[in-house]
Amino acid sequence: MIQTTNLERVFKAGDVETRVLKGITFKASSGEFIAIMGRSGAGKSTFLYQLSLLDEPTSGEIVFDGVNTHLMSAEEKTHFRLAQFGFVFQDYALLPEMTALENVALPLLMQGVPRAVAYQKAQDALTKVRLGERLDNLPSQLSGGEQQRVSIARAVAHQPKLLFADEPTANLDNESSRTIMGIFQDLHRAGQTIIMVTHEDEYARLAQKIIHMDDGKIVSVTVNK
Amino acid sequence: MLPKLALNIRIGWYLALRQVRQASGWTTGLIIFVMVLTFLNLVVVSGILVGLIQGAVDAARTEYTSDVIVSTLNDKKYIENSPNLIALLKTLPEVEHITARYQEGATLEANYKTRKDTDKPNTAAAQIVGINPTDENTVTGLAHSITEGDYLALGDYDQVIIGQYLLKQYVPVDSPGFSALDNVSLGTKIRISVGGVKREVIVKGILKSKVDEITRSVYMIDSQFRSLIGRNDGNVDQIAIKLVGGADPLSLRETLLRSGVDRYAKVQTYADAQPQFLKDIIDTFNLLGSVFSSVGLIVSSITIFIVIFINAITRRKFIGILKGIGIHGHAIEISYIFQSIFYAVCGSVIGLVLLYGFLVPFIGQHPIDFPFSDGILVAPLDGTLFRVGLLILATLVAGYIPARMIVRKNTLDSILGRN
Repeated sequence: MIQTTNLERVFKAGDVETRVLKGITFKASSGEFIAIMGRSGAGKSTFLYQLSLLDEPTSGEIVFDGVNTHLMSAEEKTHFRLAQFGFVFQDYALLPEMTALENVALPLLMQGVPRAVAYQKAQDALTKVRLGERLDNLPSQLSGGEQQRVSIARAVAHQPKLLFADEPTANLDNESSRTIMGIFQDLHRAGQTIIMVTHEDEYARLAQKIIHMDDGKIVSVTVNK
Repeated sequence: MLPKLALNIRIGWYLALRQVRQASGWTTGLIIFVMVLTFLNLVVVSGILVGLIQGAVDAARTEYTSDVIVSTLNDKKYIENSPNLIALLKTLPEVEHITARYQEGATLEANYKTRKDTDKPNTAAAQIVGINPTDENTVTGLAHSITEGDYLALGDYDQVIIGQYLLKQYVPVDSPGFSALDNVSLGTKIRISVGGVKREVIVKGILKSKVDEITRSVYMIDSQFRSLIGRNDGNVDQIAIKLVGGADPLSLRETLLRSGVDRYAKVQTYADAQPQFLKDIIDTFNLLGSVFSSVGLIVSSITIFIVIFINAITRRKFIGILKGIGIHGHAIEISYIFQSIFYAVCGSVIGLVLLYGFLVPFIGQHPIDFPFSDGILVAPLDGTLFRVGLLILATLVAGYIPARMIVRKNTLDSILGRN
C-alpha cells in the first residue's frame, strides 16, 4: 500500500543541518495496524508527517498504491490527503467554531458529498465512536477523550485507505486512552489500515507490527502475535 | 459533483458562516462599527461638501429663479413683446404659475433729512424690483423670507421690503466695496433714485435669505415701479416660471425656444441660470469629496487587512489543520473573503439605514447654517450604491491578501506553530 525508499529529512537552521530521518526504507500493506515507537527525538513523528504528505522529504521516495507522491504539487497533495488519508492528531485538532457533527462532515463536504449525505455519514461515524448524543456540542463542551473520538470520527468518516494517528492517547487519562485504542482495534478489525505513533508499550502491543526507531532510523520491527 | 470553484465557494461559505457565528459579539460589533463609520465617511463627507452648494442652488431655484427664468437679452433694456409672452406662458399646461418682474439699478439714501452738508451721504446701490406680491409669493414664496415687518400687499404704495444686506446692521463684513444703509429699520423712510427720478418710501419689511439677488434688492409694487420708471407698455425684465409637479424645465425651455422666444429674451432653466463659479465649486467639492472618500476607503481597507491578518495569524494552527485534513487553500481564502464581505455589507446596510432613515431627512429638515447657503446632505442612491460597491470591493481585496499570506505557509509549520 505505502512504501518509502531511502527517506531522508534534514532541517536547516542557519548553517546547522540536523538529519532527523536517515534513509528510511519501509513498507506497509493494506489492512495492517502498525505502531511506531521510539524515544523522544527518534524521528517517529517526522516520519509520520512524511508518510502522510504533511511534510516534504529532503530526499527519497514515497509511493502510495503505485503513485509516486514526490511528483505531486502542494495542491495535489492536499487533494490526495483528502481522498486517501485520515489523520488523528495528538491534540485532537478540532475546529472550535464547529459542532462535533460539522467537524466530522467537513472533509466529506470538501469531497463534494451533498450536505444531507455528509451529515448522515458524519452522524454514523460519531455514533460508531459512541458520540451519537453529542452531535451538536462544540469541542469546548466535550472532554478530551470525547474530542479525540470526534477527531477519529472525522478521520474515518470519508473511509480513507490509510489512517494516521500521532500519539492519539498522549493527552488522555487511562480510561479515555483505552476507549480510543478500543476504537482503533474495531477499525482495524473492519479492515482499516492504521499507522500510529505512540510511546506507550501497552497500546503499541495492540498493533500487528511495532516499528522501533532511534536516531532517525528504523532499528527493529516486532510482529505481535 | 460540483466544479472545483463551486466546491471551494461552498466550503468557504461553510467555514465563514461558522466563524462569524462563533466570533465574539464585541469584536464583530466593533468591526461593523468601523465599517459603518467608513461608509458614512465615504458618503457623508462628500455629500455635505456638495450639499453646501446644492443648498445654494436649491435656494436660488425655490426663492428666485423658480424652475425656468426668462430674462432680458444682454443688449436689450427689457423683454420685448412681454405681454404676448406672458399670454403664451399662461396657455402652457406644464406652467403652474408665473411672476413678472421689473428691475432697475437704483441708489438708496437714508437720513437725508438730518444729514449735514459735511456728512458723507448714507447711500447704497441696489436693485429695485417691481412685483405683483401675490404672484411673486406664489412662485417664490418671498413672504417666507420676511424676518421683520410685513410682506407687501397689492395696495402698498410708497412702501418697500428690503434685503438685509442693504442694511448695515445685517451685513456680516465691513468692506469698502459693500455699501449698506446705516440706521435704517422698519418704518424708516428712505429715498430711491432711479434714472434721476426720486421717490420717498417706507421700509415695510426686511428680507433674510441665502440668495444674494434677494438680499441685495428692494421690492415694491409693480404698478408703482412702472410709474417710477415710466414704462407703461407692459414689457417686463424678468419672468420666473413655476412648473406643475413632474414637469421638466428643459422641456419647457425647448418649447419656448421652438416658439422663437429666444429672439427677444433669454430662456434658462434654473440650472442654466446658476453662475459658472457655482458649477465650478460643485465640481471642486466633488473632487475633494472623492479625495476624502479615497482616504476613507484606504483606512477601511487597512482596518479589514489588520482584522483579517490578526484573525488568520491567531488561527494559523487551525488553517494548518484544515489543510492537513484536505481542505483546499482556496476554500480557506474564500472563507476570509466572505467574512470581509460580511463586515462590509453589515456596515453598509446599517450605514444606508442611518443615511436615508435619519441623516438625509434630518439635515433636510434642519439644514446646516452656512453663511452662503443652507447646507443639505446630498446622497443620490446611485452614487451611494456605487460607493457601497467600492467599499465591498476594497474590503474583499483587503481580506483576501492576509488570508492568502497565511494559507500559503507550510501546512505542518502552521499545525506545529513553527515559524
